[in-house]
Amino acid sequence: MSKSGVLLNSFRQFSSKNVTPKVCVVGAGPAGFYATQQILKVKPEAKVDILEKLPVPFGLVRFGVAPDHPEVKNVINTFDKIAKDDRVQFLGNVDVGKDVKIEELKNLYHAIVLTYGAEYDRTLNIPGENLNNVIAARNFVGWYNGIPCDKNLKIDLSGEDAVILGQGNVAIDIARILLSSVDRLKTTDITSHALEQLAESKVKRVWLIGRRGPLQAAFTIAELREMLKLPNCKTFWRPNDFTGIKDIVANLARPRKRLTELMLKSLDEAPHDKRNFDKEFHPIFLRGPTEFIGTSNIEKVKFSVNELEGEDLLKQTAKATDKFEDFPCNLAVRSIGYKSKLIDPNIPFDVKSGKIINSDGKVEKGLYAAGWVATGPMGIIISTMNNAFKVGQIVSIELDLSEDKGGYLDLKNLLNERGINVVDYHGWEKIDHEERKRGKSVGKPREKIVEISEMLKIALN
Amino acid sequence: MALRQKVMAFSRAMVPQTISKSALKAARSDQSALIFRRLLSTTNPQAQNKEVSVTFIRASGEKIEAKGKVGDSLLDVIVNNEIDLDGFGACEGTLTCSTCHLIFSKEDYDKLPEKPTDEELDMLDLAYDLTDTSRLGCQIILSEELNGLQVRVPATINDARS
Ligand SMILES: Cc1cc2nc3c(=O)[nH]c(=O)nc-3n(C[C@H](O)[C@H](O)[C@H](O)COP(=O)(O)OP(=O)(O)OC[C@H]3O[C@@H](n4cnc5c(N)ncnc54)[C@H](O)[C@@H]3O)c2cc1C
Ligand code: FES
Repeated sequence: MSKSGVLLNSFRQFSSKNVTPKVCVVGAGPAGFYATQQILKVKPEAKVDILEKLPVPFGLVRFGVAPDHPEVKNVINTFDKIAKDDRVQFLGNVDVGKDVKIEELKNLYHAIVLTYGAEYDRTLNIPGENLNNVIAARNFVGWYNGIPCDKNLKIDLSGEDAVILGQGNVAIDIARILLSSVDRLKTTDITSHALEQLAESKVKRVWLIGRRGPLQAAFTIAELREMLKLPNCKTFWRPNDFTGIKDIVANLARPRKRLTELMLKSLDEAPHDKRNFDKEFHPIFLRGPTEFIGTSNIEKVKFSVNELEGEDLLKQTAKATDKFEDFPCNLAVRSIGYKSKLIDPNIPFDVKSGKIINSDGKVEKGLYAAGWVATGPMGIIISTMNNAFKVGQIVSIELDLSEDKGGYLDLKNLLNERGINVVDYHGWEKIDHEERKRGKSVGKPREKIVEISEMLKIALN
Repeated sequence: MALRQKVMAFSRAMVPQTISKSALKAARSDQSALIFRRLLSTTNPQAQNKEVSVTFIRASGEKIEAKGKVGDSLLDVIVNNEIDLDGFGACEGTLTCSTCHLIFSKEDYDKLPEKPTDEELDMLDLAYDLTDTSRLGCQIILSEELNGLQVRVPATINDARS
């Protein structure tokens, strides 16, 4: 190495030693918090700023996880610790892509980690999808969980039959909420507007309809077991859906085996189950939606009768036959998955799969993606966590500290100049406090505030 | 007094009936009872409880020795000893996450006094690197017989680095 090269090199080493690594995380859901945690672990001298579109943090832990599953939300205690770390700043009410551009963030930070989740829903693109009371799962969940834009969702629960298209855990959550007694829900943090409407609900039967068979069912066993034990509700299976399954169940790998065994057990026990029930849960397999039918309101959903094809039993795909079956209903909820949106034209994005183009979390130099926006809307918090840990580690290792960056102070100035009311973590704590207070007076852990303007008023006061 | 007995004595005081072992087990699988018990076990300041030593072995082979008390869960041991395992115990022992997954030797697994409930097995089904001798750490309660126990912590991102 030439003398000047050595000099330059040692200069770089010297200078980068004094540069504080500054990382910007976009989206305050599980991926954002877990990535932050990992970055601080690998680079204890780093500073991490978490930008969040809403005035309130925690993403789908607040707005997705069902109100009757409060234990799942215990992860918030970990997130709370992370947010209160001196090296971390929470900047709520900052809509990245709109209030500040990715290019601008690139100038202010050594690395950016995009963890803005998957907030949009997939459509089926079949006729009748716009009929009244054909509702996206995302909006239904947002309605009972208090996502501000879903507070006025128009939903009619005056009919007895609800069809849910899709059989994932989100579909099960919705089925459970529709089939639960109000007594079971009224002590949760479900929104009061949803509780009021559910109290008047006439829904008696929920049809949970999937395109493939029991061996490909997407729900997991804990969620199914909960449905089977739901008070005042009985589960009905169609024996034909299980033809041949008994013979192969012994050869399946454990999780699939236990899930399938539980379905078979429930199928066998159903005739002897003498519990009282008013409500019915009907998982239906091998039916693919082809049309929503009705004049202005949904009246029935038309399904093709499907067959399975493919060698690998667990990965078989559905193929429509020329037969059809109709399911009359007064409400149809489409629960076939979420997808992400491009928030800034400078992010490489695959519109078809609805996620950011990345390789193991890396998008390009200094730009990374983790969680649902990177992996697609798959899996549970633990899978999001593992992904975010991995990406957080790569970010930390690859940090290029050859120049100093403006970070938090410069960003704060920029946002101030633009008139953005940034909600810091203390602001969120005020909202949190108010929500708990309102909840207490009605016997709930919290009463979520669903107006952004009201959140801001409390936080910025 | 061992914590288990204490819980029993406490429950006896509350409910004037003898509580059989199976009833206690039933109560344990009830979540509120579980949380209550955890609260007791983590906040109980009394030190007379017998110490039990446990060794956690990371996927990298690194051994971490820790001490717990009779009545503590393995999750309590990790929390109380501030053992740095990323993401461990995310749901705080409420049987809704599987991040407290631990792997036992066949011998120890068979020796554990309480067999996993369906609910524990359901959560384990979602765990990474599931084995036939896997259990959830928040469901394993230390007894004197478990002194010297060695358990493996399945590979996490944490170990991949070292
Ligand atoms: C209905 C439902 C129920 C679920 N229930 C469970 C469960 O019981 N147990 C379980 O383990 N998992 C559950 N999951 C899965 C779990 O929620 C996800 O694994 C996890 O939340 C994904 O984390 P994430 O951080 O990638 O995304 P998210 O949680 O969606 O977080 C993304 C964050 O980014 C913010 N954001 C979006 N756009 C912008 C922008 N332009 N600028 C700044 N911020 C932005 C969002 O507001 C949000 O806060 C559920 C998911 C759903 C949809
Ligand atoms: S800590 Fe979540 S299941 Fe044990």
